[in-house]
Amino acid sequence: MDGNAPDFAAASRAALADPQLRGNFRRAMDGLMSKRAAQFADAGEWTGVRALAASVRLRALSKLPELLEKLEETCTRNGITVHWAATTDEANAIALDILHRVDAKLVVKGKSMVTEEMHLNAVLEKDGIEVLESDLGEYIVQLDGTMPSHIIMPAIHLNTKQIAHLFKRKIKDAESREDAAYLTDLARRVLRAKFQAADVGMSGVNAAVAETGTLCLIENEGNGRMCTTVPPVHIAFMGLEKVVEKLEDVPPVISLLPRSATGQPITTYVNMISGPRKDGEKDGPREVHLVILDNGRSSIYADPELRDTLRCIRCGACMNHCPVYTKVGGHAYEAPYPGPIGKILVPQIEGLAKRGAMPHACTMCNACVEICPVKIPIVEIMGRLRVEAVKPGGAVKDGGAKASRTEAMVWSGWAAMNASPTAYRVATLAMSKLGNAAPSSLPLLKEWTNVRTKPRFAGRTLHDLARAKGVPDV
Amino acid sequence: MSAIPKPTRVYYFGTCLVDLFFPDAGMAGIELLQSQGLTVVFPQGQSCCGQPAYNSGYRADALKVARAQLELFPGDDPIVVPSGSCAGMMKKHWPDLFRGEPDEAKAVQVAARVWELTQFLVHVLDVQLTDKGEPVRVTWHASCHAQREMGVVEEPKALLRQLANVELVELKREKECCGFGGTFAVRHPEISAAMVGDKVADIEGTGAARVVSGDCGCLLNISGALEAGAKAARGQHIAQFLKERIHGR
Ligand code: SF4
Repeated sequence: MDGNAPDFAAASRAALADPQLRGNFRRAMDGLMSKRAAQFADAGEWTGVRALAASVRLRALSKLPELLEKLEETCTRNGITVHWAATTDEANAIALDILHRVDAKLVVKGKSMVTEEMHLNAVLEKDGIEVLESDLGEYIVQLDGTMPSHIIMPAIHLNTKQIAHLFKRKIKDAESREDAAYLTDLARRVLRAKFQAADVGMSGVNAAVAETGTLCLIENEGNGRMCTTVPPVHIAFMGLEKVVEKLEDVPPVISLLPRSATGQPITTYVNMISGPRKDGEKDGPREVHLVILDNGRSSIYADPELRDTLRCIRCGACMNHCPVYTKVGGHAYEAPYPGPIGKILVPQIEGLAKRGAMPHACTMCNACVEICPVKIPIVEIMGRLRVEAVKPGGAVKDGGAKASRTEAMVWSGWAAMNASPTAYRVATLAMSKLGNAAPSSLPLLKEWTNVRTKPRFAGRTLHDLARAKGVPDV
Repeated sequence: MSAIPKPTRVYYFGTCLVDLFFPDAGMAGIELLQSQGLTVVFPQGQSCCGQPAYNSGYRADALKVARAQLELFPGDDPIVVPSGSCAGMMKKHWPDLFRGEPDEAKAVQVAARVWELTQFLVHVLDVQLTDKGEPVRVTWHASCHAQREMGVVEEPKALLRQLANVELVELKREKECCGFGGTFAVRHPEISAAMVGDKVADIEGTGAARVVSGDCGCLLNISGALEAGAKAARGQHIAQFLKERIHGR
């Protein structure tokens, strides 16, 4: 295994061994699933809104290059400075440039998955700039020194008791109270002071409208609004796929997102940012920047099958419904995007050498495909990545990185046996006569029999029974 | 799915797991079809639908195996499969697997004739079952591919509800995967174990004596876990369960 590659198997073992974590996730995900189901109780309505949202995303992707050009033009006209970053390093450098120019000491951030992808916080801290996450969940995770475990609910892996403990340890004068209202209030007090003092506010973007140059950001707590309006400078980050064509394309996206994610009909705040403070206006930042990140997205875009990955609106519903994610939680993936969407997006961004194992952490049950509000064929793309992981020369970075001579030999032996009726008959005869003698301590069998009895080969195959009972062959 | 006129003859694709581990369930499926007056043809040359290699990223090997099945089903008689997963592979994935190959048209033709067993019993044969068994409480495990690739959700439950002495109690998390996933169970044994653990707990919660399913992969996993955990419930393939009920044992 690649020395740098995160070890999902090991990380998930650790997660599974933590009963608290498993309980937290099971409960949280069961709740989210039923809340979402209540939102879409009307199957006809679900089919309709889903088709609409998928078509909005498809249309945007079908003309992505021209929409991005248009977005740059309209944003610029609105007074937003647009920056392009091919890599996360470039995006970080752009952010640092702006921060240095305005001599920023303190940054407040609204939730942004792209900056997670960039590891921006670490970069800023290394540069001596204080950065504070203001979304309550992100704030908790930041205090805890970990990463978000869910793209919508970053601290979903923790319960109130654990959070109370954390606050007590990390926040001055905090009382030890396992009371959600108290804890929220405490966090708010800390954050309010920081909003006033911050030099720069950062945020993500849920949708950027090409026609009007509007950046849309939805959130529940108002912290995103603080980040984007209080500090004198605002920097928004987006992956280049976030562009939509028209203003009327936004409602389907921002209605489906919270309904799919948390089962809320709509979020508390819908921010529409169309530029910096104008002369005579009393509030809003004086500078607004938009950083548009590629980081492998344009090569995903170039492949017609993989392109569907970019339809994602980051609602997290696929995680909530993924039987693997709900067992191990988001940290086990050690990736900015966990769960089903992570299993297809992260290997494409970071390459198969580092992430080639991710698409295998899946039973291909298709629960994510059933739930995805924009109809991404997640499992098909996963299948494609499995092929590319063992076959050099494909479209995905580091194709063939997981090629194994042994594995290839096993499958070609399997194919030879199953492609010849005679070979199959001999092999199944041998298995049904001798298979049960295999000791449970055999490597693969051992894993299986840890929690299950050994599969028992029947003495006679169905082929034998059918023949004996005179079932015709042709 | 659009029902077809009731045929007089069908092909039966037994699948490799049924062949090796659950041949009695496979035979029960054949007998159920025969009991409806059909001639069932079991091509002895059959082996596997190719799914294990297909899902593991070895598509050329999968193609080789799938191709070996193509000539076994001449004409246009329906092909009935006692497994939602293998039926899904043949119906949904063969057309992709053969795309651009010389025998693509044939694969598409064969794929279009594939039916999952319970789907065929309900929609094409409209079977009416008479229960001769003792009262029993059962629960139904929906395999992921049966429900999401073949669209089989209500059919098996409708069959079970025809049985007067069978009380069907649905699982709380009926739709959730049991954690088999072919090679997944071997690549990620701990996660798979956690998944089947949740499934077993759900089954126990129903108080059912049997968990009935239409897929042998799921059954290997779930029955194995029930047995290893010394649980009261037992797993059984729906074909065998139905056959026992109509024969009164
Ligand atoms: S893949 Fe679909 S379900 Fe998952 S986060 Fe993206 S839009 Fe939501």
